[in-house]
Amino acid sequence: MCGIIGVIDRNMSLMDGSSIREALSLMDERGSGEGAGYVAYGIYPDHADCYAIHVFFDNLVEPKSSVDEILQDWGHIVHQEEIPTYEQPGLKKEHISWRYFFKPDAELMVGTSNPKDEIVKYVVMRVNSEIEGALIFSSGINLGVFKASGWPEDVANYFRIEDYKGYIWLAHNRYPTNTSGWWGGAHPFNLLDWSVVHNGEITSYGTNRRYVESHGYNCTMFTDTEVVAYLFDLLGREHGLPEDIVVEALAARFWDEIDEMPEKQEKFMRTLRLTYGPALMNGPFAIVVATNKGIVGFTDRIKLRPMVVGENGSRLYISSEEAAIRVMDPDVESIYMPRAGEPVIGRVIE
Amino acid sequence: MEPLVIDAKGMHYTPLNKKIRSAVALGVKEIVINNVRGQRFIANGLRGHDVKITINGVPGGDLCMFMSGPECVVYGNTDHASGNTMDSGTLVIHGSGGDAVAHSMRGGKVFVRDNIGYRGGIHMKQYGLKRPILAVGGTSHSFLGEYMAGGIVLVLGIGREVSVQDRGIGSGIHGGEIVIRGDVDEKLLGVGAKKVDFTEEDLERLSPVIKEFCEKFDIDPTPFLDTNYSRIVPASSRPFAGKYTWE
Repeated sequence: MCGIIGVIDRNMSLMDGSSIREALSLMDERGSGEGAGYVAYGIYPDHADCYAIHVFFDNLVEPKSSVDEILQDWGHIVHQEEIPTYEQPGLKKEHISWRYFFKPDAELMVGTSNPKDEIVKYVVMRVNSEIEGALIFSSGINLGVFKASGWPEDVANYFRIEDYKGYIWLAHNRYPTNTSGWWGGAHPFNLLDWSVVHNGEITSYGTNRRYVESHGYNCTMFTDTEVVAYLFDLLGREHGLPEDIVVEALAARFWDEIDEMPEKQEKFMRTLRLTYGPALMNGPFAIVVATNKGIVGFTDRIKLRPMVVGENGSRLYISSEEAAIRVMDPDVESIYMPRAGEPVIGRVIE
Repeated sequence: MEPLVIDAKGMHYTPLNKKIRSAVALGVKEIVINNVRGQRFIANGLRGHDVKITINGVPGGDLCMFMSGPECVVYGNTDHASGNTMDSGTLVIHGSGGDAVAHSMRGGKVFVRDNIGYRGGIHMKQYGLKRPILAVGGTSHSFLGEYMAGGIVLVLGIGREVSVQDRGIGSGIHGGEIVIRGDVDEKLLGVGAKKVDFTEEDLERLSPVIKEFCEKFDIDPTPFLDTNYSRIVPASSRPFAGKYTWE
């Protein structure tokens, strides 16, 4: 059991983090105080041309000099600083949170249509699997993840998330079940532009992990949700599938439903299921994924985790509980429960 | 006696439930709770056969769990497992219910004006004179009456051409009955469920339930008092006998 909530303002109006902190704290019961986190899009307008690399360092000596070196090898560090944090009595500081604003040198990578993304992905995988005492937990442009082991309100206050303003926010309250709680295991999980919050477990983790690892991703965070971020990056970014088709591949329809589809659709769905068999996710889950263009929420096909959707004008909310949406927006106009596996998509209007 | 009015704004469920319990212990018969937002476990294990609780807002999960006797009326939607293992009494929801409404219910009645989520009535049971009832005005998502062992689930599908369109109705049902307005597509039946005719005798038996539901929400019951229902019952009392055990 975990608690999730996400919001997008489709007109890209900015919201500070105070209301999502209240909403997530309402679902404290869904967590155990061992992990909570937030991600917001649009928070670094002054560095909107840089990748914002958030890192947990165990110390600022060896691990940091190694990360500095890798980043300087692959591009240019425009600015770096410790992420401001504020001591909380209920939260033990386990790591130093650091951020770099980084410009990769596109000429250093070949064999890809997006060398900058590939460089950042390479740097993230290399740091997280090779540099002891350093973990990159956020690596997108104009977005940032803030997470730690603690209760939702303590983690929010530790980073003072009310000081950040974004047009998309996702938040997560963790109840670790299969692996222990630690800072890197808190959600959201992020790679490049993709951020994921997840309630449930991916029982197909082993198969999914082998699949993404055969495409150059390294799973290093000891928890299943990480693989969802990489699946979205692989299918959504590298293979260029639209979000709803990624959902159809990851939470594929039952064969008997596919059998009853009109021929053309049936053929497409059959091909999709066969092509992406190793990406198929099994187990109970409710997931919200964000990119700078929007959010998508979906559950497993037999709906073993809750998901409620609310809308009010340009705002779309996706949450584990309706009450949390009402905390963020007491005047929310429509509330509904999407069908299992049905993607709920909110896109920015550009 | 004046009703006790509680403002639950920002209140955690523990002090809220303590207030409710101590009021009922002191003989208060009517409690109105305003500004409810996400508080779980409201009226859990509460006893009292002439107590009425009105909830204005959106309560959290496990509303009226283990409740024995009171009538609880909600003006808003409810979260997961309202009426969980309820023993007796009535829960009336002027809105929709979440997943697993009436979870393991063993007695009493749950009336939902609009829709319910997945697994409504999961593992409802019955014993002796105790026969729980879950009645829904709108529709239900998948796995309605999953592993049901007793009691009655009624879905009226008001305002819909087809009352239930989601799969797995009565998956693993081995007791009780699911009654759905209109026809139900055979392919939506779960493992262990079978569809039988809804007879005049069934109507006679179900009429009081239909009438009571309509009365709660001020609906004219006349159009619903016919035999245009499907009745879904267990195909056998041990649907998974061959799956988990062998002789």
